[in-house]
Amino acid sequence: MRMSRYIIVGMLLGFIMYKSEAVSWFRIYEMFRFQSFHMYGIIGSAVIAGIIIVQLIKRKGIRNVKGKEIEIKDKQKTTYRYLIGGTVFGMGWALAGACPAPMFILLGSGATVFFVYLVFAMTGTFIYGLLRNKLPH
Amino acid sequence: MKEVFELLQFFIAQPWPWYVAGPLIAVVMFILLYFGHEFGISENFRIMCAADGADNVNEFFKIDWRKGEWNLLVALGAVFGGYLASHYFIGSEGNVAHVSDATLGALSNIGIDTSKGTVPLVPDFISWEALLNWKGWFMIAGGGLMVGFGARYAGGCTSGHAISGLSALQLPSLIAVVGFFSGGLFVTYVVIPLLFPL
Repeated sequence: MRMSRYIIVGMLLGFIMYKSEAVSWFRIYEMFRFQSFHMYGIIGSAVIAGIIIVQLIKRKGIRNVKGKEIEIKDKQKTTYRYLIGGTVFGMGWALAGACPAPMFILLGSGATVFFVYLVFAMTGTFIYGLLRNKLPH
Repeated sequence: MKEVFELLQFFIAQPWPWYVAGPLIAVVMFILLYFGHEFGISENFRIMCAADGADNVNEFFKIDWRKGEWNLLVALGAVFGGYLASHYFIGSEGNVAHVSDATLGALSNIGIDTSKGTVPLVPDFISWEALLNWKGWFMIAGGGLMVGFGARYAGGCTSGHAISGLSALQLPSLIAVVGFFSGGLFVTYVVIPLLFPL
């Protein structure tokens, strides 16, 4: 099935993040205490490689699988939503020690308690949907 | 042939250094761009809400969740990847987080033992047993709630902003990452010491 390729990409992501320990609460704590270069190395080298990839895509006009030029949408240019939303996200990240991708990966590794996290993350998303028009963006 | 496979398995099972993991994450982002999609895992929470009927309650969830099927499959694949990596590619020292001595010291100062959790890489206070007291609910459920709310408010999580957004030189993503760190530092230096008093 055509869709199975996404499962394989997800598996690759799961492997990378599990084997580099980026899914671990301890690594996140270490990162926020600036006690190791490890997490900064992962994010930093991902971004540097990502910048090179995006620049190559733009300059060479690399096409996607459907033959269209790859487009990367610009993010909405505001401040509040990124600053406030980002801060709330960062608090949750440091508490539970996992952002969304590691949560799925840890579920697979046997940390089934992350189902609770998943249900509450969906609840949080739902609350945002309800309050969206009242929040500064 | 069997020896080759075992050698490969042994090789993959070692802890991966940052300079292998980071560029490979960028490759994941590229593969998704090549397939016509933008890397962003937290969007799945919105798709799951929509699929569960939230589209009838609120317009924010009036999206065709089938269009997000690819992303749900990436998340499902991540579950499989986590299972395979943790069960069949166990490093020679077991699945342990090789954190620095400074971190081990800081953790033991507040009474956290990195070897105590029943699931590798996950501390004992992130477990079903931990949900017997409010602290566990605060960290697991509260953490999840803040991640879900914050990610959608900010329009993305670590994959959408810190990786995809910064790679595309998006200033809003840089602001979001500053937010991620402000929140994370606040919890690490203020909230965690309160949760784990000396």
